[in-house]
Amino acid sequence: MLDKTGIAKRIAQELQDGWYVNLGIGIPTLVANYVPEGMSVEFQSENGILGMGPFPFEGEEDADLINAGKQTVTLKSGAAIFDSSMSFAMIRGKHIQLTVLGAMEVSQDGDIANWKVPGKMVKGMGGAMDLVASADNIIVAMMQTDKEGNSKLLPKCSLPLTGVKCVKKIVTNLAVMEIKDGAFHLLERAPGVSVEEIRRATAGLLVVPGEVPEMKL
Amino acid sequence: MNKVYPNAEEAIKGIVDGMTLMVGGFGLCGIPENSITALVRSGIKKLTCISNNAGVDDFGLGLLLQNRQIKKMISSYVGENEEFERQMLSGELEVDLIPQGSLAERCRAGGAGIPAFYTPAGYGTEIAEGKEVKVFDGKPHILESAMKADFAIVKAWKGDTLGNLVFKATARNFNEVMAMAGKITIAEVEELVEPGQLDPNYIHVPGIFVQRIFQGTHYEKRIEQKTLRPKPQ
Repeated sequence: MLDKTGIAKRIAQELQDGWYVNLGIGIPTLVANYVPEGMSVEFQSENGILGMGPFPFEGEEDADLINAGKQTVTLKSGAAIFDSSMSFAMIRGKHIQLTVLGAMEVSQDGDIANWKVPGKMVKGMGGAMDLVASADNIIVAMMQTDKEGNSKLLPKCSLPLTGVKCVKKIVTNLAVMEIKDGAFHLLERAPGVSVEEIRRATAGLLVVPGEVPEMKL
Repeated sequence: MNKVYPNAEEAIKGIVDGMTLMVGGFGLCGIPENSITALVRSGIKKLTCISNNAGVDDFGLGLLLQNRQIKKMISSYVGENEEFERQMLSGELEVDLIPQGSLAERCRAGGAGIPAFYTPAGYGTEIAEGKEVKVFDGKPHILESAMKADFAIVKAWKGDTLGNLVFKATARNFNEVMAMAGKITIAEVEELVEPGQLDPNYIHVPGIFVQRIFQGTHYEKRIEQKTLRPKPQ
């Protein structure tokens, strides 16, 4: 079974040289730490950065330079700054090659819910609805079950949706799956996890091929 | 025509109860601190504020919330703000949540004379309820309308007396599009200079969008999430 770092490492294997990538808050942010050696990937932050660098050293933080999670960050050499409408022009205009974000629920049709729990404080969708509606390549990073063990991969989302039919790939603590033709298709197992465990943690339709390789990290 | 005002108190004159304001910034980054303080002191009430976020309890727009001066917030993410939560749950505060890209584009459209536009963001979700849907290239989009404000209040790094503005780093964010969408736009700047002192090739907001400008003072520039990496040994 993977921890959050393991999920991030596995997603980092999906990166390709020259890609522009938007990482959401939480597990997705960790992906930036595992860019394969020798590969050039530029991270976009929707508050207006292309070429986002690591967190600053003590004393080098700048209140005018933050990421979309409002954390202090730095700029890589060759970074660009722009305003919010330009930022979402990049996103909506499909200039970003990969979007990685978290989810509370994903359905077998690729619907995603990650912004609102009825009855609880609603904080807002931020840029998530724009990102999922436009990106061609979305990877969802998530734990496959909630704290009570209930599956978060469902036939239909029960929570208010963030977007419809948009998620193509999921990396969880248990597995890598692809979503197509109204089902979750199992591609890889996390180290030490059996197909049976994955099946038990998937409430939606799961398609299992004859041979399911264990992921290599 | 003189666009230069001596301070925030003078620059916000004309803002009255019930008006709609756009307030620049992303989180606490690039917010018009001086103007917000002046609005708090003015006691102007029943404001509708269009701003990506709503500040924190004791800074930014949170100060206006504490003072019960905001009737309605239009934002994409309202974050960690206890007073906001209390007012929202008790029904004292109306809240309209909008996808961040649609919020930015609605401001830009408002300033650019485009009354509405289609976007895929939010299709199939509750924010699409009641909105016109049209299919382009096989993909459904929803119609979003432009937004304007009685006053837009923005913060820039440098500005000249003609209203030309330059921003620093990610303090740019919503300030640029909101400056375009105010019937009257107030810009507060860290450094006010004479015409000719800003390189015309590097102007972010041309002065045509700015009606009032003043040099701010005592910027606190509070950091919401100071995040560091360890120094190498």
